[in-house]
Parts: sequence; C-alpha cells; structure tokens
Amino acid sequence: MSDMTLLDPTAELKPVERQLLPRLLSLSGATVGLLDISKPRGKEFLDEVERQLTELGATIKRYSKPTFARVAPKELTQRISIECDAVIEGLAD
Amino acid sequence: MNQSVEPSYALVLKKDCPTCALIEPVIAELVKAMAGALTVYVQDDPSFPAAVANPIDDRSLEFSYKNNIEFVPTLINLTADSEARIYGWDKQQWREFTGLSALGEGLVDFKPGCGSKTQDPGMDEVLALRFDSGILQARQVELAESEDVMEACYERGWTDGLPVVPPTPIRVIRMLSGSDRSPSEIIGNVPPDYRPCSIEKIAINAVMAGAKPEYFPAIIAAAEAALLDKFCMHGLLCTTYFSSPVVIINGPASRQIGMNSGVNALGQGNRANATIGRSLQLLIRNVGGGVPGGIDRATMGNPGKYTYCFAEDESDADWPTLAMDRGFDRDQSVVSLFAGDGLTPILDQQSRTAESLAKSMAASLRGVAHVKLFGIADAILIVCPEHRRLLKDSGWSKADLKAALFDELMTSGHEIVRGASDMAEGMPEKFKDKLLNKFRDDGLHIVSTGGTAGMFSAIIGGWVASGERGSQLVSKRFSTSGDENE
Repeated sequence: MSDMTLLDPTAELKPVERQLLPRLLSLSGATVGLLDISKPRGKEFLDEVERQLTELGATIKRYSKPTFARVAPKELTQRISIECDAVIEGLAD
Repeated sequence: MNQSVEPSYALVLKKDCPTCALIEPVIAELVKAMAGALTVYVQDDPSFPAAVANPIDDRSLEFSYKNNIEFVPTLINLTADSEARIYGWDKQQWREFTGLSALGEGLVDFKPGCGSKTQDPGMDEVLALRFDSGILQARQVELAESEDVMEACYERGWTDGLPVVPPTPIRVIRMLSGSDRSPSEIIGNVPPDYRPCSIEKIAINAVMAGAKPEYFPAIIAAAEAALLDKFCMHGLLCTTYFSSPVVIINGPASRQIGMNSGVNALGQGNRANATIGRSLQLLIRNVGGGVPGGIDRATMGNPGKYTYCFAEDESDADWPTLAMDRGFDRDQSVVSLFAGDGLTPILDQQSRTAESLAKSMAASLRGVAHVKLFGIADAILIVCPEHRRLLKDSGWSKADLKAALFDELMTSGHEIVRGASDMAEGMPEKFKDKLLNKFRDDGLHIVSTGGTAGMFSAIIGGWVASGERGSQLVSKRFSTSGDENE
C-alpha cells in the first residue's frame, strides 16, 4: 500500500473516480458561455454554436482568452463561473 | 509418516538484545542437540547468531506478530498440545523445557530478555495493517502521483471547508485501536441517505477530523446518540433553521482525554473539544450525505456546524451535572447531544442575590427563537462558574434555579399572541387566555462550564422543532480503556 492510498470516508455510493460536475438537464433558460480561445476562425465557429443554442432556449454570453498559448486568466474563469451555468470552449482551428 | 513424536522448537531472537547475545553458546548447543527440530527466527539481523546456518529472516516480523512474541529470546515448543513457551534466560527453566540437563553450563543463571520488535511504539498498528488483511473493509482510494493529498480530499468533497487529516490506512487502524469495538460492526444508518455506518467509517471520519484514538469511544457514543430516533438527526439536518448537534461530555472521560471545561471552553484551542464535535459533523456529511445546499437547507447555519463540543465543569460536587439530570451517575462518562444554534450571552455583573440573577437569566431566556414564541424551542442555559458560586453562596441548588426560572417564565397568553406589542409574530390567538411557559416540560437544560473569571453565562437556543415533534436532548453512556467496567 502506498502512502497515496486513502480510505473512503463516504457511504461509497459514487464511483471512486472524481466525478464530473452535474450536467445541465435542459438548455432552456440556461446561460451558456462561449469561450473563444483566440485561434483563427474561432469566431465563425462559435457564431454557429450560438445560433443553434439560442434556438434551444439558451442565453449566450461570449468570452475570449487574450491568447490561446496561455491558460485563461483567473479573473476570466471566475467571471464565467459567476455569469454562466455552463461553458463551451472553442479548442482549436 | 511418523507423526512428529520428536519435539519441534522455534526460537525468536534479536541481535540487538544483550540476552540473545549472551545465550549464543546455548544456541550452539541447541543446534547440535536438536538439529532440524529447531527453527531460529531473527527480528533484526539474519547474520545472527553465528551458530545457526540458516536462521529465518523475520525482519518483516510476520512470524513474531502472528505468534504474539512479546520478548526476546522466546523459545516455543511447537509440538506441545497447549501453548508452551519460555522467554528471557533462566538456566533451570531452559534445561527443563528442552530436556537438556547440561544446557548453558558456565552462563549466569538468570538474565531477563528484551522487548520484541513487535512491541516497538506504533508497531502493532503497522503489523496489523501488514498481516491482518480483514481489519479494513472500506474502499481504498489510490491517488495519482501528481495529486496533492490534501487537495485530493477537498476535490472528492470529503471536507467541511477546512483541511482534513488524510485518512490513510495506518491512521485509521490507530484510531480503531482506541476502542474494543469491531471495525465491521454497524451502529445504524446515517441520515439523510440512511447508509449503514460501521465503526470503521466512524474511525475514518474521526481521523479526518484530527481526533486522537483516545477520543474514539466518545466519538462513537456521539454518533450512536445522533442516530437515536429521539434526536431526529434527519430533520435537524434538513431544516432551514440554524440548529445542529451540540455535543456535551460529562464524567471522568472528559478529564482523561484532556477536554476543556474551563477558560474558553466553547472556543477554539482544545483538540478534544474541537475534533470530537467535528468528527460527528464529518460523519454526517460523508456517510450520511448531508451536504449544505443538498439536503442541508439551513438559511444561515451557524459556526458550530464545523464543531460544537465542550465538557461540563464538574469541580463542584454539590452541582449535579447534566448527565446526572439525565439519570446517570457522576462517575459515568456520558455524551449528550442537543439540537442547538449559536451562543447568546447573559451578562450580569450586578446581581448579588440568586433571586436577581434568576430574573436576569429568565429575561434573557425569553429571547430564544423569538420573545413571543413559547414552547417551541428548547434551550441549554450555561451557568458560568462565578454565577454558579453566587447561587451557591445564596443557598440555592440547581433545582432551586430551575424552579425560579420556571416561575419567571410563566406568561399570560395575551402578552405574546400574534399582534401583541405591535409585533405580528407570536403565539396563535387560541393561547390568548392561557398561561404559558417559555419552555415545554424538560425543555430547559442547565449545564455549567467556563473560566472562573467573568459573570457571563450563556444560552444555546434549541431547534424550533424541539420535543416529540422534532428533536429532544439525548444522552449515551460510554466507557474508555481507563474504566474498569462498563
């Protein structure tokens, strides 16, 4: 047993792997952030995503990273977490 | 085959032991006389002793642990029907045991042995973990090399917001050693998920809370008390009100484990006070699934939901303790749980008579939940030592105080019905012509704790669903290893 073994303090109802956050049950009324990581053509792609999500009843907020080469600034991730129920990140060109 | 009519022996040694070194010539004699009938186990250095060609390397201590070796040297007759072993060096005894009448000629007659390595501090739990695979049943969570163990506990949702002690198997085994209870014993189902709770799960959460093994009996008792139907833990957890379990410990155990019943008794700084209360909270969170925002719907909660635990000051033999009020004896260790919220001070530095002090206390007690709501919330009145002394100097007993408070708190319904005193809140109109008491029968509990300076008593207000329709104070006796009998 390694030092990195812990005993589960819970009732063991969930799998031991870290769980994803709860998924949205519906897009209706939800606010979805679209994060453009600033790669070429990201805007066109996210415009289409916005159009389709809006049809499904979601409210869209748009964000962009200063540069795709670095992780998003803390202020930006905090703002998205406050303002949105979910976020879609445009990953690559 | 010949069924072992020849005796067979095991000899357990430690090179570091002077007695084992002393008897090297004896070992040489034994090897010569017994040959294959003797098996030698060495706990620290298998190059020892020189006379034995192939001693068994017991640096893992497996043989020593499984055979409960307490001293070295130990010589065991493995063929004897019943347990037969000798330890240390006693020439006459060794001669009789082996039947070798000239054994150890020239050696001193007697030299005591040394402690077996299995007896080294902390070793018992290490060996239990190594060789008793059945002790721990809880699921094991393997962390990735890249994970920070403290952060991993947070990320899995196991903490109350403060860091926890990572529940490693060895720590949990050490915690379990604080009680004689079987790790697999189920004490009940923990709300709100009503999942079975084993002694082992309590130990895991106690480790995380930072508790020591010697606190474990009190923690188990607190968990058992929380599961009593009278306490109504499920409802208490779900309520939008402030309340949560308040843990009060009475009896010798509180002193044995060094609980604080003096200066700052309800504050920070004492490990036992802090971690016993926190253990219960973590248990409810982790085993019960009672997570704020999930089933826990408290509007504000209260800081005591991290931990809320203290001991009563039992230094005055004339003052019956809370446990005694609940039918226990002064020499019994008891944990009581009360569904309570924060702390409301009663400052009275001017009273010099018990009558005046009782009026002060009663006036303050009216504020529990709301000054115009009667009989819905219990309360604990915490009498500080200076007020306790004033009562005593006035010739009042605790029962006298209780009776005076009852009288002071009788109130005409018309004063407290809805709308009275221009306040919409209050008792329903039907109580207008009744005489009501602030507290239901058995709804006001009195306990004493705190430092000796300061005329500051206090109130712990109860849940607004007190009594049979909700929660009642519960008490559970427990014993510690320091007690002779349950």
